[in-house]
Amino acid sequence: MNKQPSALPVIETENLADLPLQRMAQILSVGGDRALRRRLMELGLVPGTPVKVVNIAPLGDPLELSVRGCRLSIRRKQAKALLIRKSA
Amino acid sequence: MSSCHAPGSEPGPATSPDAQVPLIALAGNPNTGKTTIFNRLCGGIGRVGNYPGVTVELLTGRVELTHHKTGSPLECEVVDIPGTYSLVARSAEEQVSIDFLLGLRGQRQPDLVIVCVDATNLLRNLYLVLQMRELGINVVVALTMMDEAQDTLANPEALVDLLKCPVVPMVARSGEGFDELRAAIALGLAEPHHEERWRWEPSDELSREIQRVRTRLPEGWPDEDALALWALMSVGQGDNLDHIPDSLREAVAASRMSGEAVDDEAIRSRYQWLDRTAQPLLSGYAKRPWTKRVDGVLIHPVWGFISFLGIMFLVFQSLFAWADPAISLVETLFGVIGNFASSVLPASILTDLVVEGIIGGVGSVVVFLPQILLLFFLIGLMEDSGYLARVAFLMDRLMKLMGLHGRAFVPMLSGFACAVPAIMATRTMERRRDRILTMMVVPLMTCSARLPVYTLVIGALFPAKTIMGFFPVQGGLMISLYFFSIFISLAAAWVLSKTVIRGKTVPLLLELPPYRMPHISDVLRMMWGRAKYFLTEAGTVILACTIVMWALLAFPKQPELELAFQEQIAVSTSTEEIAGLERELAGQLLRESYAGKLGQVMEPAIAPLGFDWKVGIGLIGAFAAREVFVATMGVVYNVGGEVDEESITLREHIRAEKRDDGTPLYTPLMGLSLMVFFALACQCMSTLAVVKRETDGYRWPAFLFAYMTTLAWVSSFFVYQGGKLLGFE
Repeated sequence: MNKQPSALPVIETENLADLPLQRMAQILSVGGDRALRRRLMELGLVPGTPVKVVNIAPLGDPLELSVRGCRLSIRRKQAKALLIRKSA
Repeated sequence: MSSCHAPGSEPGPATSPDAQVPLIALAGNPNTGKTTIFNRLCGGIGRVGNYPGVTVELLTGRVELTHHKTGSPLECEVVDIPGTYSLVARSAEEQVSIDFLLGLRGQRQPDLVIVCVDATNLLRNLYLVLQMRELGINVVVALTMMDEAQDTLANPEALVDLLKCPVVPMVARSGEGFDELRAAIALGLAEPHHEERWRWEPSDELSREIQRVRTRLPEGWPDEDALALWALMSVGQGDNLDHIPDSLREAVAASRMSGEAVDDEAIRSRYQWLDRTAQPLLSGYAKRPWTKRVDGVLIHPVWGFISFLGIMFLVFQSLFAWADPAISLVETLFGVIGNFASSVLPASILTDLVVEGIIGGVGSVVVFLPQILLLFFLIGLMEDSGYLARVAFLMDRLMKLMGLHGRAFVPMLSGFACAVPAIMATRTMERRRDRILTMMVVPLMTCSARLPVYTLVIGALFPAKTIMGFFPVQGGLMISLYFFSIFISLAAAWVLSKTVIRGKTVPLLLELPPYRMPHISDVLRMMWGRAKYFLTEAGTVILACTIVMWALLAFPKQPELELAFQEQIAVSTSTEEIAGLERELAGQLLRESYAGKLGQVMEPAIAPLGFDWKVGIGLIGAFAAREVFVATMGVVYNVGGEVDEESITLREHIRAEKRDDGTPLYTPLMGLSLMVFFALACQCMSTLAVVKRETDGYRWPAFLFAYMTTLAWVSSFFVYQGGKLLGFE
């Protein structure tokens, strides 16, 4: 229980669902079910693409993303399968 | 077997029998102004048809062009295929695009495809163009929304070199660029460019798989690398594709590359090419201060819900109240036509058929028009403005709990007015599974046709008193029935989504388009197209059912009985006496009609619910439309068919009706059982007719009827028998 603070360097990767609002990030990898993953990538969410979360639905789900100048809405569960790196 | 079409390859409504007329397809991402282009190009409304086998709409119209070489007029057929982001398909509905564009189902392949490309969303839209170019499709790009993109895309002409196909910058709404588009189509028809142009080099590994799968493509499919790649990306475990032969499935399954690896390589390569070549043409993304500001209110945690409730109230109110004068007008009008017809035609069975069967039947179809027109006008406004996507965004969390799509909210709300337009409104959802699930639960909502029945039963059997000094019994019952229907429909959605209509939960992936001013003429065209579709498709089924219902209630004729009454009437002196005799005759005829006999046959089945055979006749009559129950009971009890639910005489007759043992038939407990039955049973042939149309078969209407009737019977049984056990009356 009493974990020592890790000596490892802080890993910057996290999933999109945990990205704070309006914070820019870059897509590292897209995971999840094949059909969904393919659809996300076909909409332009390929690795390297900048993305940010611009809104959260009033009931907490889904999220509204801004990517390549367009707005997409995806559920939290799916956002968790998107790994990102926060931009500085 | 003289049929000229092989089964399964029946040409869609879109396919012209006239092979001389060039066929043009209109494709593109959703929200690109595709519909506006179609309407402007073809002028007037197109024909709505379904693609065979799936309920995907293909809109067909005609455009007059000038022949590129001869200068003579050139008529073309234009087919609007559903908006899509990609040609890769996972479901039979998505498969329609590739099937149609390549003519894979034995129908004609379009000579040219207009791809609408939203200039403010260039890369994502060009992705679809790349797929088509890889397949060697003869493409003309209609570059729409140029008014919004003029600051970000300064040099659209550069795209011509990039894509090696004509690119026409245009503003669909103002009509800018249409002459150029027509010219480009004419030129494209005269000098097609089919050459395949891959913008990326597949890896050796992927090339090997493509070559291997290509040899296994079914006969009749074009022998192309791009189609083999399509199969590698589309066919797989859990797909719902149609007409994929096992040989192709096996070939794809034998791939040494994982599906994900194929997807990765193809999609990333295309986007890398786009990022390298097309992205530099953009100086940024369209700023949309308006959309930001409006969304600040409409999806705000507090204001968002308040405005949502306001807008939904408006939709509900318009269906429930504003459509009413128009509905009354239709009813009066058909009443007048019917009276006129029966006054000029000689009294005969044929006249009865014309007046009650046909005129009444057409009336019972047209009566739905006011609500259908209103609902689709409002849906058109919401869809065109971009709000419908926000409805799904706001409601997704709640609807998801029941396995429903976020967009199911509007149809379910409309179900409180009438299930018929509500079921038609399920078309705003793309997936068949979502549509069917919504269709299966919408008829459980308390529609306005149930109200007269509730009003009659509550008014006749429950006291106008209050409980505990403030809670009115009658009003309370009415409200409880509403909540009951909401609860049951949500519960039914949950159960059905876990059992019968399982399907994978939809990965909600929804574009929130920028807010735009709705284009009223597009909205009106869509509204009228829906109404026309309803009249010609569902209307004919409803008409046929009305005639059958009429025959059930009106036959067999009994000339002797009528003669006997006529003699009595002839010697009567007071008009009151005559009216009484006429009501008695009508009652006796109905009780001895086929419907009356059916009521007697089904009495053992409904007796455990507390109903007798006369109520059974009412239930049969209610199948035409629930509110007909009131008039049918009026005739059954010799009160006449002119009664309404507020009728004092009918209420008194109901209270006075006795069972054989002398106890009253209608007790509050039986009334409750009757109302529960009405709340749950699928007593509405129009609903079944529309479900049959929308699902293109008898399976789902049969299921709907069976499950709702079973649910109704079991629930009424528990209410009535349980109530009796507990000592209620």
